[in-house]
Amino acid sequence: MVGSFRAELIKLNKRPATWLLLGIALVLGALFAYVIPYLGATTGTTGATADRGIAATLPANIVGNTLGGYPVFLGALLVVLGVLFVGGEYGWGSWKTVLTQGPSRSSVLAGKFGVLAVAALAFVLAIFLMGTVASVLIAAAENESMAFPSAFDILRGIGAGWLIATMWTMFGAVLGILLRGVALAVGLGLVWMLAVQNLISQLAAPLLPWVDSAQRGLPGPGAGALVAALGAPTGTPGVDSLMGGGPAALVVAAYLVAFVALGTVVLRRRDIL
Amino acid sequence: MEPVVCEKLTKRYGEVVAVQDLDLTVRAGEVYGFLGPNGAGKTTTLRMLLGLIRPTSGRVLLHGQPPGDLSGVGAMIEGPAFYPYLSGRDNLRVLARYAAVDDRRIDVVLDLVDLSGRAKHKFGTYSLGMKQRLGVAAALLKDPQLLILDEPTNGLDPAGMADMRALIRRLGAAGSTVLISSHLLTEVEQICDRVGIIARGALVAENTVAELRSGAGLRIQAAPLDNAAAWLRLVLGAAAVAIVDGALDVTVEPARAAELNESLVKAGISVSELRTRERDLEQVFLELTGGESNGR
Repeated sequence: MVGSFRAELIKLNKRPATWLLLGIALVLGALFAYVIPYLGATTGTTGATADRGIAATLPANIVGNTLGGYPVFLGALLVVLGVLFVGGEYGWGSWKTVLTQGPSRSSVLAGKFGVLAVAALAFVLAIFLMGTVASVLIAAAENESMAFPSAFDILRGIGAGWLIATMWTMFGAVLGILLRGVALAVGLGLVWMLAVQNLISQLAAPLLPWVDSAQRGLPGPGAGALVAALGAPTGTPGVDSLMGGGPAALVVAAYLVAFVALGTVVLRRRDIL
Repeated sequence: MEPVVCEKLTKRYGEVVAVQDLDLTVRAGEVYGFLGPNGAGKTTTLRMLLGLIRPTSGRVLLHGQPPGDLSGVGAMIEGPAFYPYLSGRDNLRVLARYAAVDDRRIDVVLDLVDLSGRAKHKFGTYSLGMKQRLGVAAALLKDPQLLILDEPTNGLDPAGMADMRALIRRLGAAGSTVLISSHLLTEVEQICDRVGIIARGALVAENTVAELRSGAGLRIQAAPLDNAAAWLRLVLGAAAVAIVDGALDVTVEPARAAELNESLVKAGISVSELRTRERDLEQVFLELTGGESNGR
């Protein structure tokens, strides 16, 4: 399994798409979590999200502000990463090349999942680092407090971000396995992330009480509730305090485990064509 | 213990039978040619050998064990498949990690397939022949006792094909067992000790190339030719004798050559040449496979 992990690490590191996705995540994260709110606050605009003010972009709120993207847009990028990393093996026909070198399917998949988990942590840390730099710059420019949250709060926030990010990469990975490729898996993954989740929470849940209850058991609302509990600004797409942080973390963790198990069972059972 | 044994191996996809009750044995140290038309079931069989697909029924044993442990087995199945954004060397580095093989082996196999000069270039920029050679290099990474190659000379130019055949012969001579599938008869004829011919998912013949080609009969040069033909038709039956290119092709056990020679001479016919007539492998192949070019 260590060999599989090392092999997967080479593949992930040397793949340009990995760095492109990270770059896009950082740019979008900086834009929507810092640049636009800051410009909005300093130019005195009065939009629907103008209530956030400069305070949301200061170091004291770094945990919530950097976590706000994970339920939807950062999550979508991580789903794409998971699909590419696993579904690509079908597209290139490279499963047979890998498996004829001798490792078991479970071992290869464990290596892939392990590397995706590491990549998810790297994403979270990079976003957090970007948030640190942006919030310090804003605080310096506005002569505001440079005080950061406690180390415990920061670690808890990073842990929650890692949990959500890993869950989304596993969602992508399992889509790649189930659909045996990249194109359809990315397409359906993004439809789920960007359209279906919103339709459920914005359209169906207010109309049907049972949908409102059921959505608490879905991964997106779980992630949204978890980051909301840690201070992510409400009004950010997908962020909604549907439940407490503890139950939300359990929902996200349950999906993480379920995706890993489902992917492993399906890959082990199916023929490699 | 035989490196490869298949017993009653069968693979069905719904109503379609890809491989049917296939019995196949590859002996240690031989180069075995797995011959068949496109779609005959060669690749499906090789995939079952390697555990990539599960048989519907029947059994596969590699060195006496069910598929699973592929240590000592190298393979390239249905063309080379690598990561286009990695160089040739990095692709092999990735595979070496999976196989738990030292990186020093990478240079050895790159050299074996004559790819050292392009090892730093991305796989996506390789020609078909170079991709094929990298596939063989990957199969050799573990220095395997059993090498399974599916159409190894596909995409190679004539010089590349000759090099590949020479490499396979060298590996066979060095004691490796090699199982290659091919639809190229000359290739199999040149490098294989034994041949299995598959058609419509079933093994229709398994023998040495020499034995497959032999047994067709005798070629006789005699004069007068018409008298000789008439005499032999009287002795062997009309269907056993044909005049082809100024000589007689006689369908008879080659062991009867002396008897027929004596009979012709006694009948006043002079015999200037009498030899065993070998069929070419293409003829054997077409007879056994029914001349199909795309079985399914």
